[in-house]
Amino acid sequence: MSALKEAGHLFRFAGLFVLAFLVFLVVRHYVVPKSFGEYGHYRGAAIGEIAARSVKFAGHQTCEGCHTDILDVKSKGKHAHVNCEACHGALANHADDPTIKPVLPDTAVLCARCHTASAAKPKGFPQVVPADHSGGVPCETCHNPHSPAMDANNGAGGAK
Amino acid sequence: MNLSRRQMLILLPAAAVAWKAVLAGTPEDSPNYAMSDHWWGMLIDIPKCIGCGNCVRACQTENDVPDGFFRTWVERYNVADENMTNPTVISPDGGKEGFPVAEEDGEKYFFVPKMCNHCADSPCTQVCPVGATFISPDGVVLIDQSYCLGCAYCVQACPYGCRYIHPQKEVADKCTLCYHRITKGLTTACCEACPTGARQLVDLKNPNDPIHEFLKTHSVQVLKPQMATGAKAFYNGLDGSVR
Repeated sequence: MSALKEAGHLFRFAGLFVLAFLVFLVVRHYVVPKSFGEYGHYRGAAIGEIAARSVKFAGHQTCEGCHTDILDVKSKGKHAHVNCEACHGALANHADDPTIKPVLPDTAVLCARCHTASAAKPKGFPQVVPADHSGGVPCETCHNPHSPAMDANNGAGGAK
Repeated sequence: MNLSRRQMLILLPAAAVAWKAVLAGTPEDSPNYAMSDHWWGMLIDIPKCIGCGNCVRACQTENDVPDGFFRTWVERYNVADENMTNPTVISPDGGKEGFPVAEEDGEKYFFVPKMCNHCADSPCTQVCPVGATFISPDGVVLIDQSYCLGCAYCVQACPYGCRYIHPQKEVADKCTLCYHRITKGLTTACCEACPTGARQLVDLKNPNDPIHEFLKTHSVQVLKPQMATGAKAFYNGLDGSVR
């Protein structure tokens, strides 16, 4: 009995620890976000927040929903697998509101980006030296960018 | 048609599951996107890359990446026959506006698009002291920018140099594999803008994804395999000189 009495200071000390732990639990409850630990050691709600950002490239499926005439031409040509926004740029705003008219790309810059001859490019890829090839005449004078072969009947690619 | 109670009990849940699958396939909002059904990665086909920089520009547009910083970039390698281990690598402004014309000089040239490898055992997420960066249940390495302190441990930890500190937000930033797009049934901005199909989003949990056949039939490599990061950016036709 007297031993317990003599140990009283230890109990008081232990009590302080218990109290501190309770305070820790309360503070932790308010400070740690609700979804923390939902999937792992991070805030689970962050996934939804990142997924909710808005898109700027509408995606070719969206374009093809309206521009079926272009799709018909393009799907038969050499650019069949080049997506619309690869050349026309991000147009989700146009898809959301068709009254917003996109600016037509400048073919002199656009075509040259891919088709300017360089030893670094894969050998099978159609390449030209623009100055020798057209001498400054705009590409679309001869080529339809949606189906660039000059004569669709014999399939002769203009750019090679 | 008369259905017994037993038949109804079997049919109703089956119909519900089927409808859910239909909704998840639409390119619009996918409220039924299930993280457990996907394990995302990227296929990068080196022989198809022409170094046009479309991917870099598309990424900067889609994700408001500040000038001079890159979530994806393209490098041009120039390897001389006698000097395999010491290639000349250039990446002017990340390859955003393409590359200078290379003259025919008998040396080997090729382009290597780089990006976050969305590693399954990523070093960057392991070093974060606050749990601000993580691997999502569908295999995408993401950053909770409202939780990040900007200590840049992860920037140093990434063996591929794919992270940076955003100059205005002052927190870590990196490729999200266009998480806001792939969860809506779209492909990433870089894949959408790639004219040659050199980049393809892949879903390793989708049994119908052509990636499974591709991996079986091609010599595919990941960057720095010795780091055992579980990288999920698969490179086809990767030259041994690439670091």
